[in-house]
Amino acid sequence: MKAAVIVFPGSNCDRDLKVALAQSMGRDPDMVWHGDSQLPPTDLIAIPGGFSYGDYLRAGAMAANSPIMREVVKKAAAGTPVLAICNGFQVATETGMLPGALLRNAGQKFVCRDVNLLITSQNERFVGGFELGEVVRFPVAHHDGNYFADTDTLEELEAEGQVAFKYAGADGELTAEANPNGSLNNIAGIYNKAGNVLGLMPHPERLISEELGGTDGRRFFDHLVNSIV
Amino acid sequence: MKARVYISLKNGVLDPQGKAISHALQGLGFGNVLDARQGKTIDLELTGADPAEAEAEVEKMCQQLLANTVIENYSIEILD
Repeated sequence: MKAAVIVFPGSNCDRDLKVALAQSMGRDPDMVWHGDSQLPPTDLIAIPGGFSYGDYLRAGAMAANSPIMREVVKKAAAGTPVLAICNGFQVATETGMLPGALLRNAGQKFVCRDVNLLITSQNERFVGGFELGEVVRFPVAHHDGNYFADTDTLEELEAEGQVAFKYAGADGELTAEANPNGSLNNIAGIYNKAGNVLGLMPHPERLISEELGGTDGRRFFDHLVNSIV
Repeated sequence: MKARVYISLKNGVLDPQGKAISHALQGLGFGNVLDARQGKTIDLELTGADPAEAEAEVEKMCQQLLANTVIENYSIEILD
């Protein structure tokens, strides 16, 4: 299996993502610079967290218009799986690959802590390693993670099983206290209609070994790699 | 030619910075403040002399980059 990690000026989780993918794949992913206009042959495109272009204008807005993203959007439309984490999720909404937008956190503060996430729909490729209704733990670290979409879009996401993860309590209860940023419906991650693009604010690549405090992220990447191979 | 683009969050989109501003103003004793919404302006310098053409171009810029129409409204002013 081959994977490509997109690197923008200001990306800061690209190397964490490389380590996580390499651990599960047994080989390094290709690191692809934002100014490139061609992707190497790849089975998975990963858009990392960070502050691409310093979050100028809007988080993800500049990166969404970089040369490599035109290619990523094309590949995604043709069915290549895309994993978009944190700033990557913001970039994916700005390109239109995913619906909605990520607003400033409702509490105005940068939030950096582990969160519990409820698996809310079954997508074999991305979360087949977890049970529907299972609660997993990934960290969040963001200032603009407040998921917003208009009412029709929200209803459609829920009805079509496009909501991937919701912020939850330890037992899966969907409360306001468990929501770190004010996201509508506690939404932490969504799929596109076709189910081959996943965007999420939490960072599975940050919990990939006991030394780092947990292995739910490792389970996520191990399954993703196995399902693509 | 100069153009000014005003960008604001749509009604119904939470604006925590606007909220913080209105709270701060009320805290300073400005009791007549009911609410505040924060936006941004972008000033552009353009070539060309036709205002209608300029406005059409800036409209495209807003759609493609300057505004995210999922959450934001924009308006354009041609300043000559």
